[in-house]
Amino acid sequence: MRVIINGKPEEVAMGVTLLELIETRQLHPSRVVAELNREIVPGDRFANTILSEGDRLELLQFVGGG
Amino acid sequence: MQDMNDIFEIGGERLNSRLFTGTGKYGDDAMIPDVCAASGSEVITVALRRVDFQAATGNVTDHIPKTMRLLPNTSGARTADEAVRIARLARAMGCGNWIKIEVIADNNHLLPDGYATINATETLAAEGFVVLPYVNADLYVARDLVSAGAAAVMPLGAPIGTNRGLQTKEMIRILIEEIDLPIIVDAGLGRPSHACEAMEMGADAVLVNTAIATAADPVTMGRAFGEAVLAGRRGFLAGPGAQRLRADASSPLTGFLEG
Repeated sequence: MRVIINGKPEEVAMGVTLLELIETRQLHPSRVVAELNREIVPGDRFANTILSEGDRLELLQFVGGG
Repeated sequence: MQDMNDIFEIGGERLNSRLFTGTGKYGDDAMIPDVCAASGSEVITVALRRVDFQAATGNVTDHIPKTMRLLPNTSGARTADEAVRIARLARAMGCGNWIKIEVIADNNHLLPDGYATINATETLAAEGFVVLPYVNADLYVARDLVSAGAAAVMPLGAPIGTNRGLQTKEMIRILIEEIDLPIIVDAGLGRPSHACEAMEMGADAVLVNTAIATAADPVTMGRAFGEAVLAGRRGFLAGPGAQRLRADASSPLTGFLEG
């Protein structure tokens, strides 16, 4: 199914959880923050948040800044 | 690096160092721990960005010592709403509730939008954030930030990244005199002497990123800024003597040898 991740359309498996998606992308769950359809998903809900067709997901992390 | 009885408190937290540092522009982020140690800084800024899946870059937080207080900024926000959104996301990262509000819609000069900053501050302070807004050195904006619930006011010394020092000195002096919140000079400080000058004037702290990160030797520059901030603070606390237009001899004007 198709979801939008950080503004780009991407194919992901049906029924994939946010935690699985984060881990398959080699990210550490405690190092990212997620916003699903403009709602923040707390880290302790990554495991039981299932993505749906057409979802808009933002995955962000801290980077160097002043 | 501070005198024991000279307490500096932000958002209910006592700080020993009046130098805040950043994590941007380092040639190698692995230098950050050494800069923190050398400078004595206890507060460090970070930005929040979309994960770039193509670039296999390291994570900046791997290089930030656990003892540092993180101060995420809202850079990238062009409106108050965007700043609020970024602040909430930053807090969801679980690294505390401090936020540096930065709302910039001008790409040439990177000057902050005072009105949008006030609006974002009001919203976020009501949500329990410790809000440190980055603004122009403007008395009216600063007063509104006090009313909005800011924890400090961070006026710019010069545009971001310019290293040009305290170009807004007279306006910052007015903020120090009039505003009953910590004044943290942020942006533009390019040399340790600039930081020292801000502290001598009575600024409560300074935030320095570019000047340290882009120095040929960032660790030594971090140390120099730490020392300059401490020296400036001590100079302020010591109460500088009056300035005069004409010479006033330091040695007695009597008892000269006669030929």
